[in-house]
Amino acid sequence: MKKEMYLNIGLMALMLVVPLVAWVSDEPFWITLATRAVIFAIAGIGLNFALGFGGLVSFGHAAFFGLGGYAMGILAYHAQTYTPVFEWPFLLEGSKSMLLIWLVAIVVSALAALAIGALSLRTTGVYFIMITLAFGQMFYYFSISWSTYGGEDGLPIYVRNEFPGLNTMDPIQYFAICYVVLTLILILVHRMSQSSFGMMLQAARQNEKRVQAVGQTPYSLYLVAFTISGAITGLAGALFADLNRFVSPTMFSWHVSGEIMIFVILGGVGRVFGPLAGAALYILLEHTLGGLSEYWHIYLGALLLGVVLFTRGGIYGLFAGREVAHD
Amino acid sequence: MTNNPILAVRSLTKSFGGLVASKNINIDLYAGEIHALIGPNGAGKSTLIQQITGGLTSDEGEVYFDGQEISSLNTAARTRLGMGRTFQISSLAMEYTVLQNVVLGAIGFRGKVFDFFNNAMKDRELINRAETALVQVGLEDFRTYRTSDLSHGQRRQLEVAVALTLSPKAFLMDEPMAGLGAEGSKRLTGFLDELRKQAPILLIEHDMDAVFSLADRISVLVYGEIIATGSVDEIRQNPQVRSAYLGEEDTL
Ligand SMILES: Nc1ncnc2c1ncn2[C@@H]1O[C@H](COP(=O)(O)OP(=O)(O)OP(=O)(O)O)[C@@H](O)[C@H]1O
Ligand SMILES: [Mg+2]
Repeated sequence: MKKEMYLNIGLMALMLVVPLVAWVSDEPFWITLATRAVIFAIAGIGLNFALGFGGLVSFGHAAFFGLGGYAMGILAYHAQTYTPVFEWPFLLEGSKSMLLIWLVAIVVSALAALAIGALSLRTTGVYFIMITLAFGQMFYYFSISWSTYGGEDGLPIYVRNEFPGLNTMDPIQYFAICYVVLTLILILVHRMSQSSFGMMLQAARQNEKRVQAVGQTPYSLYLVAFTISGAITGLAGALFADLNRFVSPTMFSWHVSGEIMIFVILGGVGRVFGPLAGAALYILLEHTLGGLSEYWHIYLGALLLGVVLFTRGGIYGLFAGREVAHD
Repeated sequence: MTNNPILAVRSLTKSFGGLVASKNINIDLYAGEIHALIGPNGAGKSTLIQQITGGLTSDEGEVYFDGQEISSLNTAARTRLGMGRTFQISSLAMEYTVLQNVVLGAIGFRGKVFDFFNNAMKDRELINRAETALVQVGLEDFRTYRTSDLSHGQRRQLEVAVALTLSPKAFLMDEPMAGLGAEGSKRLTGFLDELRKQAPILLIEHDMDAVFSLADRISVLVYGEIIATGSVDEIRQNPQVRSAYLGEEDTL
């Protein structure tokens, strides 16, 4: 317990120190790397809510990441072209307001997760994995064919969206925004993991019969968890699109679903801060190994194998031990 | 109406392929009683419990609980109506501590499961209910143990504790004494004796000492059929029971 807390604090400090040092020494590239890690961590925290707490192995979280991205892309595109998004059944104007874009990203991906979850959760095991993957691919091919928003080429946004009182084009300021969002989400997820809902959800993962025998329906717990999970990953997608000022169908690709899962597994499935450790390590490896060889994924694969076979719980399992049930 | 049974099973039937696991079963459970269900291994006792609690769909027949027909309800809904059950093979959240498992029951009892923000393990109401149940079964010193580290007997006691937190209208217990040892069985026997005042118990048990000292009525299940229902003495003297199940032993 203690160790886990030190690791949490250490990680949060590291994620703050790296970009600050980079800022002082005028190395914006490292600020961008740190921002990417933070955003990927948020996406992973979203998946971890379903995968780690509910045992729902979703291989389609790119759907929510991409939806968040396109929510940003579409709203910003209409704002920069001064055209309405749609006029019927009500008039929706584009927007450059980050807060509004986040809200739309969260709502849209939550609704998509609710619908996808309602159908997929009727299956279990490998069927669940396949059906979530299929939904992800559906969004991928749809986005490719949607020529209004750039089709395969994607959609560039010229200026980063606006946040009250900040210059979002300044890398360190945009990093600060993402870091605060990460912190808020970590607090939220930590609290949820200890709440009545979180306890019952984690019990359902361990033993569905037990949950039914205290009067609860696993399906409802899973569906709510999946919806929350999708919403968080959707928000990460909006942040990612804003970081790149660009959205494209690759955000929907199954590689992204796989990467998000890697953050979770590297960090430690079911550990609240696990995806942050996983995403940070992933970005670091991508940067260092990626510089050495374009086949760096081979090394990543070997590392992943090692983690799964030997650590039994990722970075957190290695350094903070087996998770001890809270209190 | 005190004359109405809390639980009434009517003509329940269930086959697994060619095997008829329960055949035209009728059983009543009245307030204040312990109704023991005995029978040899494979007689269909656990199958019947599952049909009553909703884990298995019956081929035929109905289950009435507290005056309501519940045959179409799922397990969770039946639990919420007031069925508290323990499993023959312990079915607990094995990664959780003992206390956390009982708290699950307390959350289920309170019913506010979609509470996302308050720490359940710091909720006095939940903890009090959970700890009371642990004290009742004698597991209070093990509250911080991981459930997977408990002995089989202790897991059985924990099952009973979780059922207690639900304050059910009836208990359905599938061999709660198994693995408890002589001392534990005696303790649990004494406890169940008192518990029947709170809610009646449908008790499956192989420990005949416990059955004969506790049961108000006994039903004997053999090859999926109830061959006799009656008081302890009636069952002891029933020739059909003696030959079919108990053998011609003098121990009765
Ligand atoms: N899911 C199932 N599929 C097929 N056959 C089953 C199934 N469940 C139980 N049976 C069979 O039904 C019969 C009754 O089993 P059940 O578990 O109800 O017996 P029991 O009286 O509880 O026995 P015990 O005293 O050993 O617990 C057995 O022959 C068993 O093999
Ligand atoms: Mg049995």
